[in-house]
Amino acid sequence: MADLDRVRWRCRRGLLELDLILKAFLERHFERLDAGQREVFSELLDQPDNDLLDLALGRREPAPRHRAVVEMLRAG
Amino acid sequence: MGLPVRTFDAVIVGGGGAGMRAALELARADLRVALLSKVFPTRSHTVAAQGGVAASLGNIEKDDWHWHMYDTVKGADYLGDQDAIEFMCRTAPEVVYELEHFGMPFDRLPDGRIYQRPFGGHMQEYGRNPVQRACAAADRTGHAMLHTLYQANLKVHTQFFIEWMALDIVRDRDGEVLGVVAMEIETGEIVIFRGRCTLLATGGAGRIFASSTNAFINTGDGLGMVARAGLPLQDMEFFQFHPTGVYGAGVLITEGVRGEGGFLLNKNGERFMERYAPNAKDLASRDVVSRAMATEIKEGRGAGKDADHILLKLDHLGSEVINRRLPGIREIAIKFANVDPVREPIPVVPTAHYMMGGIPANYHGQVVAPGATGPEEVVRGLYAAGECACVSVHGANRLGCNSLLDLLVFGRSAARQIIDDLKRNPHLKPLPDDAADRPLARLARLETQKDGERVAEVQAEMRRVMQAYCGVFRFGDLLKQGVDKIKEVAARAGHSGIGDKSKTFNTARVEALELDNLIEVALATMISAEARTESRGAHDRADHHQRDDANWMKHTLWYKQGNRLDYKPVHGKPLTVEAFEPKARVY
Repeated sequence: MADLDRVRWRCRRGLLELDLILKAFLERHFERLDAGQREVFSELLDQPDNDLLDLALGRREPAPRHRAVVEMLRAG
Repeated sequence: MGLPVRTFDAVIVGGGGAGMRAALELARADLRVALLSKVFPTRSHTVAAQGGVAASLGNIEKDDWHWHMYDTVKGADYLGDQDAIEFMCRTAPEVVYELEHFGMPFDRLPDGRIYQRPFGGHMQEYGRNPVQRACAAADRTGHAMLHTLYQANLKVHTQFFIEWMALDIVRDRDGEVLGVVAMEIETGEIVIFRGRCTLLATGGAGRIFASSTNAFINTGDGLGMVARAGLPLQDMEFFQFHPTGVYGAGVLITEGVRGEGGFLLNKNGERFMERYAPNAKDLASRDVVSRAMATEIKEGRGAGKDADHILLKLDHLGSEVINRRLPGIREIAIKFANVDPVREPIPVVPTAHYMMGGIPANYHGQVVAPGATGPEEVVRGLYAAGECACVSVHGANRLGCNSLLDLLVFGRSAARQIIDDLKRNPHLKPLPDDAADRPLARLARLETQKDGERVAEVQAEMRRVMQAYCGVFRFGDLLKQGVDKIKEVAARAGHSGIGDKSKTFNTARVEALELDNLIEVALATMISAEARTESRGAHDRADHHQRDDANWMKHTLWYKQGNRLDYKPVHGKPLTVEAFEPKARVY
């Protein structure tokens, strides 16, 4: 599960809010993601903290291909 | 020894504002700079700073660095070193304009000059009228600063080592610092980063408390390294708290909620602020509200099964007012407290935000410690800047917008001192044979520990003890018990273990190594707080409610070895101006 290990560290962020949201996401959703969704999640993790938080809190709309994973982030 | 060694002119630990500002100055002077960061630098905790940078540019209203200095000295409750505070406030406009030239997208006035916003505690004429002094980039000042500094560093070829964690500093028999031992998180590889100088810029350690606004990465790594190397930590009893963070999460609920008519309840549904502040009630000042909340919890009137938090009620405002006047609060409460404030109160608790203490340093960024020549002998080869350092410009409490200023001013001054020191002392000393013994022993213990208690459990207990026994409002009896309890937790940490022993991205191992650092900070904080029998700035004691200048106008120094305390004088004399003599602090 090197993939999960790598992603888990990249969920360490500068904003506490993201640490909390991403930790919950890893626990509840990550294992069930398919390869494409994992790719999307990885792209989301490359976004700057503030942009990612805006997506997760519904202050900004995601790109269409990111929508399904962002919905999971929002659901918590 | 057999470990790979990489050699640089400067080794910087930490990729936030202070580390990157210093790296930029050094790399521009053509030094070979290695910057180690646990996470991608623009994801450092500096990103969370929204308020701005304080600087007396006077772009909106007349302002003067002397007034900024006065606000800072007073805010620090006279525990700040006035030479360092003068240096910071006088240099502030220069470092702000410099950052502007590096490309920082500050908010601007129509004529192109930097816009400045009002912020609490920023005053004209030595405390007379508010002044607009904060330079900001919308609500993303820290974010913009990190991006600006990162881009500027790329241009001058700073070498970034991303996802590297420094484990310990290398110190030879003369006490000189020769670099750090670090671990690549991806591979688990251990490398000695040998440097002609080493700068620690590892940020704060708010994660010692159960409720903290700090990100998970804020584990006081630089402080732990310094403590293990036999050097002291200064003024660790001083942590700034916000009254209302979401219980169990730490995410802040703006004080605007109480401004709009929200109020606090204890477990009996009593609006207790009426007892503590009959006129201002829930709009009393931050310390009065925090103190009342802590007292309710201590006296058993906290809410929840552990009676350890307070309820913030706003449903009576109605969903329309909540949505219109308090945008974002509903989503934060739902997301992080799992309650909809339109129907239920939000569980809240006083929440640690900023660490005023840290690694003792002078305003040149040199780490100092008591030695043969006096209480502030320079530790050769070692520098510190930013929240991890105690310069001390924040003294017993920090003025708003002085933290981003601190990064810029002291990141730069540490780098300038390094450039000077390296000119005078160009030689690289040999590494001692035992350079990596300490960190290798820590790693070996984790490898071989059998049936160790889980790191997460020990960490949770540490955070609970710090919150309950050494929180925002402190009680003599609780502090005494707290000292014993935190020592017990520290002993447990020494036997904690990890199940996963793999090398690749082993987050469990990183968290165990971080716990070593957090525990040092927690011990320092509890023991320093128990000893200081006065109230000053953010250190607020129920049993010693007055500031006591006769006995306590001094900096605390805590040593890991024997949990020993020492003290040293405050620098009451500024560099060029008259000193501000201590007065009662009223706002």
